[in-house]
Order: sequence, then C-alpha cells, then structure tokens
Amino acid sequence: MHFDLTEDQKEIKRVARELLAARSSWARVREAAEAGAAYDQALWDELAQLGWPGIAVSEEHGGQGLGAVELAVLLEELGYACAATPFLSTAAAAATIQAAGSDAQRARWLPALASGEATAGIGTRALCADGVGAQVLVLLDRPSGEVMLATPNDSDVAPLETIDPTRRYATVSGGDAEPLGHGGAAAVAAGDRVRAAIAAEVVGVAQRALEMTLAYVKERRQFGVPVGSFQAVQNRCAQMLLDTESARSTALYAAWAADAAPERLSEAAALAAAAAADGGRSVTASAIQAHGGIGFTWEADVHWLYKRAQLDAALLGGARRHRATLTALAAARVAVS
Amino acid sequence: MDLTFNADETAFRDELRAWLAANEPGTAPHGDEDAHYAWRRDWQRRLADGGWAAVHWPAEHGGRGATLTQSAIFYEELAAAGGPLPANVLGLLLAGPTIMTWGTPEQQERHLVPILTAEEIWCQGFSEPDAGSDLAALKTRAVKDGDEWVITGQKVWTSMAQYAKWCMLVARTDTDAPKKHQGLTYFLMDMEQDGVEIVPLKQITGESEFNELFLDGARVPDSNVLGGVGSGWKVALTTLMNERSGLAFFLQVRMRQMLDQLIGEARERGLMDDPVVADKLGELHLRCEVLRLTAYRGLTAIETYGQPGPEGSLTKWMWSDTNQQLTQLAADILGPEALTAGAPWAFELLRARGNSIEGGTTEVLKNIVAERVLGLPRAGR
Repeated sequence: MHFDLTEDQKEIKRVARELLAARSSWARVREAAEAGAAYDQALWDELAQLGWPGIAVSEEHGGQGLGAVELAVLLEELGYACAATPFLSTAAAAATIQAAGSDAQRARWLPALASGEATAGIGTRALCADGVGAQVLVLLDRPSGEVMLATPNDSDVAPLETIDPTRRYATVSGGDAEPLGHGGAAAVAAGDRVRAAIAAEVVGVAQRALEMTLAYVKERRQFGVPVGSFQAVQNRCAQMLLDTESARSTALYAAWAADAAPERLSEAAALAAAAAADGGRSVTASAIQAHGGIGFTWEADVHWLYKRAQLDAALLGGARRHRATLTALAAARVAVS
Repeated sequence: MDLTFNADETAFRDELRAWLAANEPGTAPHGDEDAHYAWRRDWQRRLADGGWAAVHWPAEHGGRGATLTQSAIFYEELAAAGGPLPANVLGLLLAGPTIMTWGTPEQQERHLVPILTAEEIWCQGFSEPDAGSDLAALKTRAVKDGDEWVITGQKVWTSMAQYAKWCMLVARTDTDAPKKHQGLTYFLMDMEQDGVEIVPLKQITGESEFNELFLDGARVPDSNVLGGVGSGWKVALTTLMNERSGLAFFLQVRMRQMLDQLIGEARERGLMDDPVVADKLGELHLRCEVLRLTAYRGLTAIETYGQPGPEGSLTKWMWSDTNQQLTQLAADILGPEALTAGAPWAFELLRARGNSIEGGTTEVLKNIVAERVLGLPRAGR
C-alpha cells in the first residue's frame, strides 16, 4: 500500500509545474482567452516537442510509454496553469485509444496525437472540448456508454462560445462515428478513463484556486488585520482544502485503477467525477468570494478557474449522474451480500 | 501508487481473518450498558489470548510490531467481522503507548500487561469544565505532600471512568509558571480511593458513556508521575498524538456498514427509484469512499514523511459530518420508525451529534487546519 505519487511521478510534476509557471503565466492565458479562445500555439508546440501529449502512448506508437497516473499528473498541472492548449482532449484521447482502440485505430491516430501533429476533441455532440480543428473526436454520448470515435468534416463542427474562453468548445453534428476498439465493455471503460482524466485536471484547477486565495487573504488587510485571520474566511479556506483533497484522493484512485485495477475503474471514475464536478465548482466559487470585490472583476484571474471548473463539470456530465451510478453499484453489492 | 496490500500486509490480513472466523465476537447485548461493556471486556481477553489485542505494540510488550497499514487492516477487519472495539481501548491506544514512551522500567513492568489483558481499565482525565478544546487552561491542582501528591479539581467527559482502575490525569503542579502549558504534570492515578467521586453524565441519547470526575484530596505517589514533574504538556501531547490513528479505519468501516444497511432499508420500502433518495445515498457512498481513500493517503504520508500531510487533519471532520448526514437520511427514509425510543437508528441519530464535538470540535478543527495546514494568520479567539 503506497497511496502517493512515486519519486519519478513527483519529478514529472515538479518539472511540469516549473515549465508551465515560466511559459503559461496568467498574462499568457489572458492573452489567448481575450483573443477569442485562441490557443497558445508556442506553448502547444513546446509541449508536443517534449512528448507530453503522448505521455500514456506506447513507445511503439511514438509515445512515452507511461500510464494513466503520469497522465493525471500532467493534467493536474495543466489545470493548475489553466493553460490554453488542446492538451486535455489530445492526451486523454491518445491514452484512451491506446488502452481500448483497435490496431487500426492505434496505428492511425496514436503517432499523430502523440507528436501533437493532430489534436483531438472529447465530450458529447452538445459540448465537445477542443473540438474546433480536431482531426478526431472521442464522443461519450452513446446511451450504452460506449466511446465512439468520429472523424469530422469541418462542416460538422461548429464553434461554441462558452463562458470559458481558455479552451475552444464546439458542437458536433453528423459525421461518421465508429466504436472505439470493438465496442462493448472495453469501450465503456474507455469513457471512465476520459472522466478520470477530466477529474485530474479539476484537481489542478481547485489547487490553484486554493493557493491564490490563501495568498490573497494573507495579504489583504481590513480592520487593521489580514482578512485571513477572520474565522469565517478561515473556515471557507478549510472547506476549500477538504473539497480539493477529496477530489485529489478520488482522482488519484481512478488514475491508478485505470491501469492497475480495471475491475475497480467504473466505480473509481464515478467517485472522481462526482467529487471533481461539485468540488471544482465550489472551490473556485469560494475563491471568488474570498477575494471580495476584486474577485468579481475581470482583472483578477480567479474567474478563469471558476469558468474552467464549470465547463469541466459539464464535460463530466455533472455530479448527479455519477452519484446515481454510485448508488446503483452500492445497491448491487448490498443485494449480493 | 499502489493501492494493493503487499505480501506482509496480505499475510497479516489473512491470518487475522482466519482468527476472526474461528473466534466470532457474537452479538452485542442490547440496552444494558454494563452487559455490553462486559462483552467488550471478554472480547479483549480473547483478542489478547490470540495475540491480537494490541497489534501496534512492539512484540516485547505483547504486540505484533504492526506497521501503520497493518494496524489499519486490523481495525478494518475487526469492524467488518462485527467485533466491538476492545474494552480497554483508551489503555491500548493512549495509556500504553504513552507509558512506553515516557514510563520508567518499573512503570512499564507494572502497567502494560494489565492494559493488554483488560485486567485493568484506563480512563483519560484531561478535559475540564473550563478546559475543553483549550487543554492548557486546566485548573485541577496537584500539591506535594511528602512523597505523595494531593489532587483537587474536576474532570469531565471521562468515558469508562465507572469501569476504570487507572486514570491518565493531567494536573497543575506549578501555578507560577509563566505560560499556562508550563507547570503541568501527568499522573497515573488510582481510581479506587476516597477522594475520587464518579458521577455519570447522562447524554442526549439517555445513555451514560461519560462521567464527571470530582477529585477532592485524591492521592498519587511520586512513583506514579509519568515523564517528570512539569513535563505534563509534552507527555499529554504524546497521548493526544496517538488518539486518532487506527480508530479512523474502524469507524470508516462501521459507517460503510450503516450505509449498506440503510440502502437495504430504502430498497425494502421501494425508495431506490426516488431520485432524491438515490442522490443522497450516492453522496454518502462518495463520502465514505473519500474518507477511506483519504485515510489511506494519510497512512502513506506518515510512513513516508513521519507526519500526516494536509489531508490528515480532515478525516475526523469528514467522518463526523458524514455520520450526521447518514443518520439524518435514515430518519428521512424510515420515518417515525427511526425516531422511536430505543430504535437503533434513533440512537445513532442522537449519538452522531456528539461526533462533531468529541475529540476536537469541528470549529476548532477548522481553525487548526486554517492555521497549521494552510498557514493563515492566527484568528482572534
């Protein structure tokens, strides 16, 4: 039992944190967002050069040959930076195709996604993250839960302007879609992998919101003292920590289960999705509140995190459906025992 | 990342499971506190005979030198088998380790075995009417008289005092010390003497787990000072640091069992299709799992760094909050049946109100998290 990152994984995290701090400052994120959800192309090129999109792709297909936990580590850091890149969709799609794609799908998509030459979109037809300009879409809206791959024509993908301009979203119509791999249980589990990936990003978003809030309430003074000395503010911050750590525990569990304990993945992913969807929203909302009037201004950067958390929750399909999954799983277990 | 048990941990669990299967705890006597306690005392004797009473103690003192993870496994399996906590839980978890850390060879020789076998039960005399969360404010006095100390004062929330032979007592021996946490001394006090009066404290459940302790001229020999005169604060911290480690796993499994039972009740009543009920049950399932996972993260942090990470301070708060929600949902699902005097769910509903107070109120825990984990400036008190 060792419920923590390994030394190698911590090193990946440290390197990612440093690189993104240098390359993806709030000024850069803002620049991309205010340009109308333009991606930071220089950053994306650099991440592709470093092989990040292919972190969980086998070396045979041009990737790093690492796993879902390493992917989660990078996603947390990209979320922490709120970076304006198609990383989430591209890396998660690559990991998903690697895990459950057919030989033909792997050969067709993995080298291009791992190198960053191609990008992917993930989500549903109603809300597809990074869908604009993507060569392949990973779609999660089948009632059966099976993940479908679509190769859209440009006309199938319509940009959708959302409240989160740090990422490009789209709606998708028509287009040919085929099951991931041979469909069935493996294609359903692939959807759990995608949700585990989104949840990992949310952990980073929440962590950043918490850290920005702590820095602010230590600095900002009212009535002659830092506002962080007020118990009401302190209690809010403690709740933010609890929600962030709850999301982290479940996201790590889901990432670990994806590779090491597939039989636990559906439950772990539902836990992670439910904790992230609600936790991300409430932590980032608290960040705005704790920043006071400043937090409500366009100038303070916490709103980017709030907006990202809202869209991530929508991509996850909201917490309620995952709680329903959890209830069904628990009820089935009680029935058996 | 590896959330599976290693070979040693698996072997430990399998041996324990085999022992528990061969030594069923039986059914808890209902409604009679003394009978219930006698059942737990007998259970601890059986655990001790099997070498399972104090797995976290070193082998030289009758334990198994279990790792933290093995200790967690012990409490999970104990709860899963329907076994109660051993009767002398305060002795096993608090007094024993504190005496091992601070006690003289004579004190260790005298006390550790009777703790292990439940021959002598221990209670904890820390809290006072005006010193709850603020322990250093305690007022109970100990005055030197020859080679004895004479104790005067009042303790409260003393669980198991009515069964206890010994008390971990912290009292003030120097009233002139410049800071209030100085001048305290930790005593091993014999409960069976004039000068110790035990008054049961009736709780909102109607039961009396706790007592008030009135100390009026109680006497403790010099040889029963633990860790030296004036070192009471440091010694007490050893006791407090031990308080929440293994128990979290027992409580976490108990809560999971209650949730499973509630799911069964909801299904019997055809309420599983009610979206509100299903949503609330799903939230509780999530919280139970978050608690379990976060507790394991805490273990890894302690094993790796020697101290809990930021998540370590959160489990008690999560547990009490979740238990209150769970028992409240039971009242929604079962209706008046859960509110009938003597009904198990009614007891749980009322007992859960104490969870966010005992062992550190949620309010104070949040302050501790804010100041010590998040580094926020000290709040005005």
